[in-house]
Amino acid sequence: MTARRWLPHPLLSLTLLLVWLLLVNDISVGHWLLGALLGWLIPLLTQVFWINPPRIRKPLKLCLFFLRVLGDIVIANLQVAKLILGPSARLRPAFVEIPMLLEDELALTMLASIISLTPGTVSADLSDDRKILLVHSLDVDDEAALVEQIKHRYEAPLLEVFACSPT
Amino acid sequence: MHSWIEALVALFLLLGSLFALVGAIGLYRLPDFFMRLHGPTKSTTLGVGGMVIASLIYFGSRGDGISLHELLITLFLFITAPVSAHMLAKAALQQKLRLSDKTRGRPWEQ
Amino acid sequence: MLAYVIPLCLAIMGLALVLTLARLIKGPDMPDRILALDTLYINAIALLVLFGIWLGSDLYFEAALLIAVMGFIGTVAVAKYLLRGDIIE
Repeated sequence: MTARRWLPHPLLSLTLLLVWLLLVNDISVGHWLLGALLGWLIPLLTQVFWINPPRIRKPLKLCLFFLRVLGDIVIANLQVAKLILGPSARLRPAFVEIPMLLEDELALTMLASIISLTPGTVSADLSDDRKILLVHSLDVDDEAALVEQIKHRYEAPLLEVFACSPT
Repeated sequence: MHSWIEALVALFLLLGSLFALVGAIGLYRLPDFFMRLHGPTKSTTLGVGGMVIASLIYFGSRGDGISLHELLITLFLFITAPVSAHMLAKAALQQKLRLSDKTRGRPWEQ
Repeated sequence: MLAYVIPLCLAIMGLALVLTLARLIKGPDMPDRILALDTLYINAIALLVLFGIWLGSDLYFEAALLIAVMGFIGTVAVAKYLLRGDIIE
């Protein structure tokens, strides 16, 4: 348990180190050391404020998922550009409610962000019991198909990656 | 500098600024707030993304070492854009803004 | 080629800024105005990066990053003010 006490969030430390190296734009030994020091000290000092992150079961799968999302973002932008430049009388906006299976805070945040960044949808609100996500879509043909697509394409991989224990 | 690198930089710059323009057009001409929300959150973010990639290629090709620190801007925008969009959407829902008549489905009352 | 493309891009970005500004003035509601301000700062980042390439200088990166951070905080603070009538509870 001592390792856990002295290095509470290994992933956060690694991210801080990387961000520091990018920020100073210099990969000399001194900056590696300074970055490592920052990556160690900041999580230690701010330990109290962090929520417990969920366990990542399949890191590789998460990386692949992010790459796919990045591709989707580019495609989404082309679609939205087409919708915006086309005649706006043809748009069929709608509010859609999507029931959520995810329960973890971080995973939910990720899903909501991904929904905001991908095809014609913006996540607008989360119900108080965190069971339903309200999504606004710019041009929707069939609500059920949209719900199915989001659940299948984005929620299922996240469920698989994070070991979400149903509480 | 090779001419094809220059062409690549020019391509990304044009793509980025066109995306930003599309976002601004969307903000200007779509009929209601929730539809206007779509333009800036997506297109503008990718617009900055295109500029940053062009900048990466340009400064990388000048020969004084590769520099990746522009990526931080894109990373930061990709994390923050959905958050601010979500905050704005919540504020708009609470203020009960007028929706376009064609909008199907109604937001709930909480 | 870049000598022609960069001024063209500056012009396109300028047009985008003018459209956003029109929305900022027109409103009609508060969230619309905040959204326009949000778009303005993101476009300003793009403009700064473009300007950095034009002058061939690395210095503008820091300014762009700072605008990104401050702009986000600003948007969230104003949105929160609309939502709750208070920023820090």
